[in-house]
Amino acid sequence: MTTRWFGAPVQRVEDDRLLRGHGRYTDDIDDGALECCFVRSPYAHARITSIDVNAARAMQGVVAVYTAADLPFGGVDLPLLIPHPNLTHGRTQRCLASDVVRYAGEAVAFVVAESRYIAEDAAELVQVEYEPLPVVITPEDAARAEHLVHDDVPGNVAAELLQEVGDVAAALAAAPHRKTLRFRYERGAANPLEARAVWARWSIAEHKLTVYDSTQSPTSIRGGLAVLFGLAESNVEVIAPDIGGGFGPKIMLFYPDEVLVPYAAMQLGRPVKWTEDRQEHFTAVNQERGQVHEVEVGFDDQGRVLALSDDFIHDGGAYTPYGIILPIITAAQVPGPYRVPNYRVRFRDVYTNAIATSPYRGAGRPHACFVMERTLDAIATQLGLDRVEVRHRNLIQRDEFPYTVGVVWQDGNTVVYDSGDYPELLDRALKRLGPRPEGDHVGRGLAIYVEGTGVGPYEGAHVQVLVSGKVIAATGIPNQGQGHATVWAQVVADELGVDVKDVEVTSGDTRRFPWGVGTFASRGAVTAGNAMYVAARMVATKAKQIAAEHLEANPDDLELVGGQVRVKGMPDRGIPLAAVAVLSNPVRYAFGGGTEAATQFAARPRPGPPLQDGEQPGLEATGYYSPPGSTWAAGCHAAYVRVDPKTFRLEILKYVVVHDCGRVINPLVLQGQIEGGVAQGIGGAFYERLAYDADGQLRNASFMEFLMPYATEIPAIEIDHIETPSPLNPLGVKGAGEAGVIPVGAVIASAIDEALGIPITEMPLSPLKLYELSRRNNPG
Amino acid sequence: MRVNGVAHPAPGDPRRLLSDHLRHDLGLTGTHVGCEHGVCGCCTVLLDGAAVRSCLMLAVQAEGHEVTTVEGLTRDGAPLHPVQQAFHECHALQCGFCTPGFVMSVLSLLAQHPDPTAQEMEEGIAGNLCRCTGYASIRRAVMRAVELSRK
Repeated sequence: MTTRWFGAPVQRVEDDRLLRGHGRYTDDIDDGALECCFVRSPYAHARITSIDVNAARAMQGVVAVYTAADLPFGGVDLPLLIPHPNLTHGRTQRCLASDVVRYAGEAVAFVVAESRYIAEDAAELVQVEYEPLPVVITPEDAARAEHLVHDDVPGNVAAELLQEVGDVAAALAAAPHRKTLRFRYERGAANPLEARAVWARWSIAEHKLTVYDSTQSPTSIRGGLAVLFGLAESNVEVIAPDIGGGFGPKIMLFYPDEVLVPYAAMQLGRPVKWTEDRQEHFTAVNQERGQVHEVEVGFDDQGRVLALSDDFIHDGGAYTPYGIILPIITAAQVPGPYRVPNYRVRFRDVYTNAIATSPYRGAGRPHACFVMERTLDAIATQLGLDRVEVRHRNLIQRDEFPYTVGVVWQDGNTVVYDSGDYPELLDRALKRLGPRPEGDHVGRGLAIYVEGTGVGPYEGAHVQVLVSGKVIAATGIPNQGQGHATVWAQVVADELGVDVKDVEVTSGDTRRFPWGVGTFASRGAVTAGNAMYVAARMVATKAKQIAAEHLEANPDDLELVGGQVRVKGMPDRGIPLAAVAVLSNPVRYAFGGGTEAATQFAARPRPGPPLQDGEQPGLEATGYYSPPGSTWAAGCHAAYVRVDPKTFRLEILKYVVVHDCGRVINPLVLQGQIEGGVAQGIGGAFYERLAYDADGQLRNASFMEFLMPYATEIPAIEIDHIETPSPLNPLGVKGAGEAGVIPVGAVIASAIDEALGIPITEMPLSPLKLYELSRRNNPG
Repeated sequence: MRVNGVAHPAPGDPRRLLSDHLRHDLGLTGTHVGCEHGVCGCCTVLLDGAAVRSCLMLAVQAEGHEVTTVEGLTRDGAPLHPVQQAFHECHALQCGFCTPGFVMSVLSLLAQHPDPTAQEMEEGIAGNLCRCTGYASIRRAVMRAVELSRK
């Protein structure tokens, strides 16, 4: 019998070294590196009138101080990563600002010194004179455009996009009921516990740049640095080592340090390292989620949605390096698992004087889910119907797949759901949730979501069987804790018939695999996972061909089991995989490891040259997977919460998740992804608020005041799964990384709404916010 | 100061944080720094057996004391300490950045309460932030660590 690793709760192979304190995060790398500190703008919007770095440069221990004027690329705008025809007024920042700063935290100067302590001291000596300009901080302010973030961007509008499916005006006019609603979602922050860091070394002798970067896309960093510095890509190595959480903002590139640290290393001839501190992380790392939606919905007496119009503004921040992917995702995901026969969505992506926005776990979806779920709750309330019944009447049914939504998706295709069973998700969640707990001020929250996962363009993998019989596998996309080294080892181990512990996976190291895109959009398992499958199958096929000659058998009659290639069902007619690896590489000189078996007088004679046309040495292969479109995961969350009517403290009595990400590779790892996602969702819904004041200052840029949940705030979460395999990829998997977070805001809002009888139309909430809403709804 | 049983000379720079001294002078990079203001708990080490935030201490303050870091729990090649083993079995770590701090906090908890109540367990891990796991698996790991420690 063969052991099947796919689907088994395999304990993680990466844990051991992390638990012993032997992880290797970017700041752990030293090698005599110089250290750096940024001088950042204290103003959210100001004109720079002068910069004086003389005192800083003169300080003992300071090696270099850079301003824009000192850089050959000081006048070059950083790349706009994802251009779009509707992004008519895209703007990106420069490494160091020299004219106007547009958010508090924008980098102005960069100090390199013998130690971080000296660099920080010297940064305080840099004198920058500013002339403050009017600040635009909320998306509503931006849309009013009384002041401009960029002089040459009229109305503060970077992009506008209108899409319509069906005839919304006619359907609304004909609808028996209509309702207008306004929803507001504030910015949030990912805050991985490892902030960002970059280490770089330039080798003059080898003409080679080596960069360690806590990035979610080392392949893109490599390409960009090669272009900027005029190097061949083969002379640039980028390694994303262990990364202490990503959750989105580390996919953004280039942050100024990602250019300046390598540049300084090349200029100064010494390794250079910069490690962000937490306050910098709050002000200089991309955020997300700020949107304001104006919805009009038309529905019939049964609560069926006939038409939905959503006009929203998206807080883009001061620059648009990531293009308009976020509002595109929101626009695509508002209908969610429901039939919306007539749908019109328009967004405007507007500039504000705050750090740019780019994906944070959920990426445009939590707000989309919030809008749709709150709209359905409002319909139920208006018609006096049960919220569950309204959802059942609108859900896409299991026989309707593939289901075309018809609006544009982030990969350039239109949205088509590949598979799913939404009614089953809802039914199971309610069954698990059970009866309402006793007591007052208890509410039931409910939300169903879909998530387009596994976007292209592609990922690749290299798999090789060593002459020891051990297997190494590599892919371009890095790991931030998702368990890649384990789950991909499971995929490879199944195809090669080896133990999962004999497969060593490397990810995010361009020395090992130079091609690929990155870790984002819940795409790792789908893209790199299937690439691993493709590459491992190619290796298995090759192993069978080589073994077939040795065993005098037909390759089709062979199987890879227990570290052997053998005739199916015949353990005594086999050859170890290690020996096949030896035979795959004809040698002249036996160099140990059993390679004498592949020398010219030992190897089994075969007519013709040792490597025949088309054959390559080594038991290895490189494979790629490029998805034809996104695969759509889905889930339903349901909860009972109690709200204290005096203190407005939130108590989550029960929280249930039913999740569908197609076939499950590792239920243990999946459970961790979902539990972690829900916790982040709860933080974002009730505890974490970025408190920007009218001057654009983030008033709570520390963990003292930005209240990320501890264990005391997070309840136990019950999780159940259904599996509707994706028809789009050979493994049948869908992404799972972001799912946990998406519906939580909608669930908490729905539950509090019911518990207190107050319409909840905004996120995040807090005891203070509930107190204010309560006073507004029950004056006196 | 003694670190993991080994005597080390005093740090040269009186401003040096204990966390920086451990990481960058002694090369013990298992102690992590997540916030540098004493909230996240990633930098937790034991000072004479009690859990402390090494980012809130100057290295010179540790003079004459015994510091234990995550590297001091077990030797290379030796089996994991029961607390580490419990974290592994329960999938109580993802990115691993907060993990050494949690392990040291749980060690301190179990030293004080070998058979902790649910409340004591909750309080024992309530000073450390984790952004990946949602804490459920960490709670399970604490319970498992109690079992493994009994054996």
